[in-house]
Amino acid sequence: MKVLDPTSEQVPAIRARTARPETLDGLTVGLLDISKARGNVFLDRLDEVLRSRGARVERFIKPTFTKPAPIDLRHEIATRCDVVIEALAD
Amino acid sequence: MSPSTKVELPDGLTVVVNAECPTCTLVRPVLDKLNVHIVSEDDDDGLEISYRLGVETVPTLLRVEGGTEQARTVGWSRSRWEEITGAAPLGAGLPDFRPGCGSRTLEPSVADELAVRFQGHRLRSRRVELGALEDEAEAMFERGWTDGLPVVAPTEARVLRMLGGTDRDPAEIVAVVPPDLVECSVEKVAVNAVMAGCRPEFLPVVLAALEAACTTEFNAHGVLATTMPVGPVLVVNGPVRRRIGMNSGVNVLGQGNRANSTIGRAVQLVIRNVGGGRPGGVDRAAQGNPGKVGLCFAEDEEGSPWEPLHVSRGFDAAVSTVTVFAGEGPRGVVDQLSRDPESLARSLAACLRTVQHPKLALAFDALVVVGPEHGRVFREGGWSRAQLLARLDELLTLPGDDLVRGAGGIAEGLAPTVAGITLPKFRPGGILVVHAGGGAGLFSTIIAGWASGPTGSQPVTREVRT
Repeated sequence: MKVLDPTSEQVPAIRARTARPETLDGLTVGLLDISKARGNVFLDRLDEVLRSRGARVERFIKPTFTKPAPIDLRHEIATRCDVVIEALAD
Repeated sequence: MSPSTKVELPDGLTVVVNAECPTCTLVRPVLDKLNVHIVSEDDDDGLEISYRLGVETVPTLLRVEGGTEQARTVGWSRSRWEEITGAAPLGAGLPDFRPGCGSRTLEPSVADELAVRFQGHRLRSRRVELGALEDEAEAMFERGWTDGLPVVAPTEARVLRMLGGTDRDPAEIVAVVPPDLVECSVEKVAVNAVMAGCRPEFLPVVLAALEAACTTEFNAHGVLATTMPVGPVLVVNGPVRRRIGMNSGVNVLGQGNRANSTIGRAVQLVIRNVGGGRPGGVDRAAQGNPGKVGLCFAEDEEGSPWEPLHVSRGFDAAVSTVTVFAGEGPRGVVDQLSRDPESLARSLAACLRTVQHPKLALAFDALVVVGPEHGRVFREGGWSRAQLLARLDELLTLPGDDLVRGAGGIAEGLAPTVAGITLPKFRPGGILVVHAGGGAGLFSTIIAGWASGPTGSQPVTREVRT
C-alpha cells in the first residue's frame, strides 16, 4: 500500500551545542525573565550571586510567557551575551 | 479541486457513450446519421477523455466551436439534441425522451483509479510505500503519525477524494503551523483529515479551524506548549452544521457523530504531524484532557433563546464559521430547581467562579454551553444574552480580601495588593455563551479557558469557505 506522508517532510539541521565555558570570568550572562509569576525572584537572586562573583549581567524580559520570544529579543540576547539563563518558573 | 482538466476536442459534435448503456444503444441510429466524433468509455483513451470532460451521464452530447464547448446535454431528449445539432427531425421512431446511464468514470473502483492516474501528479507529498507484510494501521502507529487511536491510511485516492471537498488549490498555504512554524498546504490538511476519518465535506471546516488556530491571537503554540490541560475547542455555526450532519443535540460534547468526532481530531493531527507538536515534546501538558484528541461541536441555533455565537461575534447568520477557544475538559453544571433567570444566573456564576481556581481572577476565559432546558428558563424569563452576561459580570465581581494568598486557609491566590478592592473574575468579554445539548436535563456545561487575552489566547472566529 502506498500512502502520503502526513508530516512536514522537513529534516531539521542538527547543530552541535556551543561548548560550555569553564568559567564565567569576563563573560556576559543574560538573565531572561519570561514574564511568568515569580521568575523575577529567582533571577534577582542569581543576579546578586553572579555580580558578587564579578560576572557582567544583563537582564531581558519576554513580553509574555505564552508565546515564543520575539526574534529581535533573541537576536539582542545572542549578540550581547555569552551565556543565558532563563527562568521558567512554576 | 476540479475533477477535470482541459481536454482538446475537434470542432463540431462529440458524444460520449459506453456499451452497457441502453440509451446509448437506442441513439445509435441517430449517431450514424450525424457527423459526430464518438468517444467510447469502453477503451482507456475514451475513459480518460470522459473523465477530463467531467461526464457523469452517458450519452453526453457536446458541441464544440473554436475549441470551446458551446453546449452539452445528457441522455436522449429529441428537442435538446435537435437544438444542439441543428439537425431536425432526429430519431424518427424513438421516444421523445430517455434518461441516460451513469458514466463508467463514476463507478467507485474506476473513479478512484482515474483520479489517481490523472490527478495524482498534483499531490506533492512524499509517497511512502508500506511493506507488503506490514499491517497499514500498525505501520502508521510505528511511524508516529497517530494520536494513539488508529488512523485511516491516506492513500492517493482517498486524499484526492478529500480534496474534492474544497475548491481551493491543493498547493495553497492554509496556515503556518506551530511549533515548527511550517507552511501547511491544503493537501497536507487533506492528508491528515483522511487519517482523522473526515468526509470530504468536512474539509472546509477543518481548513477554517486551522486558519483560526494558527493566528497570533489564538496562539496555538502556547496552547500546545503549556503545562495546563487545554487544547483547541471548536464551535461550528451557520448552515454548514446541518449540511455536514453535525450534532448540536443529545450528547453534543460526546462521542457518536462523525463530523464532531473527526474535525477537531484532524486539526490536532495537523499540529502533531505538520507542526511537529507532540506530547512530551513541545506539548508539555502536565495532565492534558481527553478533548485534546479533538473537541468540536455545533451550536443549536434553531432552539436557542439568543442569536448564534458567530452573530454575537459580528458575522452574518447566513455565514458558516468556526470559533476556536483554548479550553480544558467540559464540566457539568447541575441546577434542576431554578425556574427564574436570576437564580440560574447565580448558579452559573457560582460554578464559573471555580474556573481553574476560585481564588484566581482575570486570568482565564470560559465557554458556557447552555443546555436547552436551561435556555428555556432564560427565554421564558425574557433574558437576552447581553443581560445574562451583564448579570454574570456583577455576580462575579469578587472581593479581593477573599482572593489574597492565604485567605480561606489556602496558599493559592492573588498578591496582597488586591486586598480591600474588588476584582472581576473574567476580563470584559471573557465569557462566551453557546446553546447546545439534548432536550431533557436541566444542565449546562462550562469549558474553562487558558491564559486569557493578548498575552495568552483569545477566541478566534473564521468563516468556512468552500
